[in-house]
Amino acid sequence: MSKNPLLAELEMKKTLSPRERMKIPRQPMPEQHPKVRARNFKEVPLGYDPDTARVEALRCLNCTVPQCVKGCPVGVKIPEFISLIAQGKFGEAARKIKETNSLPAVCGRVCPQEVQCESKCVLSKKGEPVAIGRLERFCADYERTHNLVEWPKRAPPTGKKVAIIGSGPAGLTAAGDLIKLGHEVTIFEALHKPGGVLIYGIPEFRLPKEIVEAEVDYLLRLGVELRLNTVVGPVKTVKELMLKDGYHAVFIGVGAGLPIFLGIPGENLCGVYSANEYLTRSNLMKAYLHPENDTPVIKGKNVIVVGGGNVAMDCVRTAMRLGAEKVYCVYRRAREEMPARAEEIEHAAQEGVKFKLLTNPVRIIGDEKGWVKGMEVIKMKLGEPDESGRRRPLPIPGSEYVIETDLVVISIGAGANPLLTSTMPDLKLNKWGYIVTDEEGRTSVPGVWAGGDIVTGAATVILAAGAGKKAALSIHNWLMKGGKKEDWPKIE
Amino acid sequence: MYKIVAKEEVAPYIYKVEVEAPLVAEKAKPGQFIIVIPDENGERVPFTISDWSSEKGTITFYFLIAGVSTQKMRRMKTGERFHAVVGPLGKPATIEKEGEVFIGGGCFGIGAIYPIVRAHKEAGCHVTCAVEGRSKEVLYNLEKLKRASHHFIVCTSDGRGDLKGKVHDALSKLVGEGKVFKRAYFIGCSYMMMVCSLEAKKYEIPTYVALNPIMVDGTGMCGACRVSVGGETKFACVHGPEFDGALVDWKELLSRNAAYCKYEIEAMQYKSEMKLREVEG
Repeated sequence: MSKNPLLAELEMKKTLSPRERMKIPRQPMPEQHPKVRARNFKEVPLGYDPDTARVEALRCLNCTVPQCVKGCPVGVKIPEFISLIAQGKFGEAARKIKETNSLPAVCGRVCPQEVQCESKCVLSKKGEPVAIGRLERFCADYERTHNLVEWPKRAPPTGKKVAIIGSGPAGLTAAGDLIKLGHEVTIFEALHKPGGVLIYGIPEFRLPKEIVEAEVDYLLRLGVELRLNTVVGPVKTVKELMLKDGYHAVFIGVGAGLPIFLGIPGENLCGVYSANEYLTRSNLMKAYLHPENDTPVIKGKNVIVVGGGNVAMDCVRTAMRLGAEKVYCVYRRAREEMPARAEEIEHAAQEGVKFKLLTNPVRIIGDEKGWVKGMEVIKMKLGEPDESGRRRPLPIPGSEYVIETDLVVISIGAGANPLLTSTMPDLKLNKWGYIVTDEEGRTSVPGVWAGGDIVTGAATVILAAGAGKKAALSIHNWLMKGGKKEDWPKIE
Repeated sequence: MYKIVAKEEVAPYIYKVEVEAPLVAEKAKPGQFIIVIPDENGERVPFTISDWSSEKGTITFYFLIAGVSTQKMRRMKTGERFHAVVGPLGKPATIEKEGEVFIGGGCFGIGAIYPIVRAHKEAGCHVTCAVEGRSKEVLYNLEKLKRASHHFIVCTSDGRGDLKGKVHDALSKLVGEGKVFKRAYFIGCSYMMMVCSLEAKKYEIPTYVALNPIMVDGTGMCGACRVSVGGETKFACVHGPEFDGALVDWKELLSRNAAYCKYEIEAMQYKSEMKLREVEG
């Protein structure tokens, strides 16, 4: 393979001055063409090749006080791993990230870097920031596909058993850290496949499932036990895990998991989905392979997705891939207020999704057989900022009109699923039903930690993973001090 | 786990399965359900738990051949394993000492109704149990239900049972004879439960039904199973499956339950095409 000419040129020089580094353009990410990818479920960005990654890594100025690290919720040692990539030490770079983030292949793909690490990069003041996310993804993929994953040394067995409830990003991270520290770890998962939101929520074209499978496989090879199809709460209570099954500590990372509907007429018509149902059918149940796979998903011709977050973007893009002719994103505020990542919105627009912004659903209209046939919407204008700091959308009277549709997906957020928490009377919840914890993830029940969306409400993969990491350390410290109730703080 | 211990065709298109599921068997209560995934590519399909043994670690349920998943289950043999059995899910049935109760079952519900009948008798109710079918040949589970109830009525359309007609006919006949029921409970297909609920409403008998909408996760995460009850949206998997029969929006339930017919036919055609190719080499 011939060498990247830019890399060859850069390598001619012994050292690169900051000025020279800043002259290197940000390396573009090769992607599937929008027309092609809008009709397949394969991953959209194809990833850097090693040379491109090294060129991009050479853009990093290695600041003495790196601002990017401050922008990372888990404090990944960004300049250090990037410098390892520049030197061609890709496996070492991946391991450097894993010191603070166990899921780099996942986070490199789904983290909103543009508002985290990359937003703080000094290069962004004069041009474009270092593509930290793409580099993170590159070295994690390189490590995995070149079999460079190193087997960490497990600490001698502590004789302590920890139960992890939920196998999403929080649970997987906590499990990985705890098993390395010498504890016995069991993950309980309600569904029939592990990975939580990484499996049922985020589509294949944004996060290939083989990556999640590799992360789970890594934990299993380290000795983590996985119990699928086990709904902790109704099937087995946390109390039973601790008193009957002998777990010394429990970490709850069950996610948010309760779909929110609009509460407008017609929402129970056939052809109206929650985002959770639509994505679970398509991703977890692989309904896009129907009839080869048994679970169907309604394939709309004119699809409306209500909402402006990342999940809504996953829904509109899934609808395109399931063969829709027209896909609309209906969002009540303006583009600037959309919570979705800029990259996701761009990708959706490139793939042909039409945005109906400043538009709010009024009612869903059905036919005589109970199927959706249209949605009445009203135009909105922006008023004064509300408690979220965003300008409050206000309806414009008389601006109602009907959009023809045969499939509506409601993607306006998720709430706290009470299935587990309702079986724990001593567990302190806030007024929205989320679990109250301290900084370390300790709950009001001694020996029980929680982290991720069931504590914060719907947030990001990296925040959940970070919470799992913090909790794992706290669990370890408590268990090593004897796991005494007296050492448990009062959580209010 | 999830090994089929026993399987039997109890009536045309209706099967009884006993499966290893110790966690479910340990916790099951009348009225709860399980989600079964037949094989790796299978759907998640809910079934009411009919019986269980915590000593044996097995549970028993009945299924009616309806679509691709139940066709797959029909072909599975004793000793084979389901991909997954999850449960017990849903709220347990409300069982109170209420005096005279009327419990009716049809179709797969004749199997599913058993623990409800038994629990009401154990709670000290006087239980009248009625089952319905076209003829005696499509009925099953009769001895077990007869033992579990005080008064047992076999309703058939051809008149070769105790009563010519259906469960709701049995109810109206008994009420006409002066019987006063404090509670009615129905399990069967949605249409049967609707007809029975409407009949019970005429006599102002408080009614529970165990609804069977389409589900995916069964843990309240997706909302596939939402039903309108008294004008409010409920998730059958976590708020139910038991609801007040007088308040259920039956029209909505019937149409939602038929939402995937087109896809079911497509899947059946695909599978038979595949089979044909296999046979023809």
